[in-house]
Amino acid sequence: MKLNQLSVFLENKPGRLSHPCQILADAGINILTLSLADTHQFGILRLIVRDWQTARDVLAKAGAVVKVTEVVAVEVADKPGGLAHILETLEQLKVNIEYMYAFTFRSQDKAVLVFRFEDPDTAITMLQGKGVSVIDGVELYNRVEKGA
Amino acid sequence: MHTAMHENSGRFHPVSAPDFLPLPQLRQLQLQRFQTIVRRAYERVELFRKRMDERKLTPDRFQSLDLVGQLPFTVKNDLRDTYPFGLFASPMHEIVRLHASSGTTGKPIVVAYNQDDVDVWSSVMVRSFAACGLHRGDIIQHAYGYGLFTGGLGAHYGAEALGATVIPISGGNTERQIMVMKDFGVTAICCTPSYFIHLIERARELGMDIKSLPLRTGVFGAEPWTESMRQYIQANSNIKAYDIYGLSEIIGPGVAMECLHQCGSHIFEDHFYPEIIDPKTGEVLPDGAEGELVLTTLSKMAMPMIRYRTRDLTTLAAEPCECGRTIRRIKRIGRRSDDMFIIRGVNVFPSQIESALLAVEGTMPHYQIILTRNKGLDEMEVQVEVTPESFSDKIGVMEALQGKIIHGIENILGIRAKISLVEPHSIQRSEGKAKRVIDKRNM
Repeated sequence: MKLNQLSVFLENKPGRLSHPCQILADAGINILTLSLADTHQFGILRLIVRDWQTARDVLAKAGAVVKVTEVVAVEVADKPGGLAHILETLEQLKVNIEYMYAFTFRSQDKAVLVFRFEDPDTAITMLQGKGVSVIDGVELYNRVEKGA
Repeated sequence: MHTAMHENSGRFHPVSAPDFLPLPQLRQLQLQRFQTIVRRAYERVELFRKRMDERKLTPDRFQSLDLVGQLPFTVKNDLRDTYPFGLFASPMHEIVRLHASSGTTGKPIVVAYNQDDVDVWSSVMVRSFAACGLHRGDIIQHAYGYGLFTGGLGAHYGAEALGATVIPISGGNTERQIMVMKDFGVTAICCTPSYFIHLIERARELGMDIKSLPLRTGVFGAEPWTESMRQYIQANSNIKAYDIYGLSEIIGPGVAMECLHQCGSHIFEDHFYPEIIDPKTGEVLPDGAEGELVLTTLSKMAMPMIRYRTRDLTTLAAEPCECGRTIRRIKRIGRRSDDMFIIRGVNVFPSQIESALLAVEGTMPHYQIILTRNKGLDEMEVQVEVTPESFSDKIGVMEALQGKIIHGIENILGIRAKISLVEPHSIQRSEGKAKRVIDKRNM
């Protein structure tokens, strides 16, 4: 049920973000969604791509530092209160969120969020226990392609 | 004959014999060669004659090695001031080779060899390779830069004279280095330690594990390095990493070399007479005391060097080594007296920063120190490359890493440095010598 997210270290300087994006573009890899966390000095680019092994290899070969982390994709209602509801559920379950971001696509009236938990397996079990829809990679990529 | 040599006699190359000379014989040989070289320098080199005359010293008076300390020092600037050929003691038609230093500051320095000098150089390089267990049958990837730099040809001829197979690949082109290392079944490599670390990293990125290769020995030198770097190299490559020491002004690589016991480099005393001095007062210090290494060439004909101040800080160890060699050892040179910089009144050696970086888990020693002056206040920035081991997808973890490094440096130096995490390979790699400090203070 987990997704493999790639993280890339970037210096916080003009042009640094375009470099890894160009490497992926040259390799014909489409970025499904991304998030950028930054301090004044450096940044961490987090990416979800379908073929993460190839993406990891081309980035590493180009000299980037790449880390693979397991994250969880959760489906929420795309309406006011959708996000608040899932956050409230996590709070009740006492599951700590390291960080989160959203997918840009939507399918029907649902939005998809990406969560980074310290212990993704436990989080998945607990969320499913509360009736939350956790989406696996295959399902996710299917939706992306339909949406596109 | 020394027992240790007896027991291991099959493992030593015959050319290593002088490493094991009984001390009285070694001192006698040194004295004879010293007398010859002082006379040659006095008679043939204006600078040496002038300086000895000023002190009313004549070559005849040197009847004991205890008197070496009466001679004036020679410094790097003397080579610059006499550029290019002013210190040569042989006419050009006897000189078979010229080398020159990298010359990072102003004019390069030029050094000369006649055929005997080249032969001595090969012999000390054979002794160097033999000391770390290399022999006929080894395949040596020689990745020091060929050319004016002495590291290239010096080690090359030594490796051939040893009877090993030499691959004269020279520096650079890391991917080709890795391919050759694998495809040619290389068993030993010569390069700077920082370049070898770069090779390990690059091989890993290319999905190759250096540990799976027959490579077992590294002969590393041409820049100061630390015990922690040795441990990193040995843990990540399955090789034994040996320190070789040398400098162009004396002969090039092969002045001193570690034996299998890796406890300091044995100095080939029958050709290079070592002293340790107090760098401030010039006073000669006893064995075991730390100070600046001063070397006198005992057999170099084309360009003798009398009491040359190396600027390298070390100690001389006279205690017997387990290998049985009688020649003394110099402790690993981690710092040079001219590498040091002063910031806010504190003397700082780059090796101190390095040990702080290494103490922080997962941080590799690819770093650069940048000194700036902002409104009269000196600031030190340390740029540290992020490695796959130290990188995390969480900002908090990366900030904690910065904090740990800041804390580590502050513990050692009492100075708060700015730590900048930078992308891999953004700090220029040394294929010659690493540039560790960039001083932008305009002093």
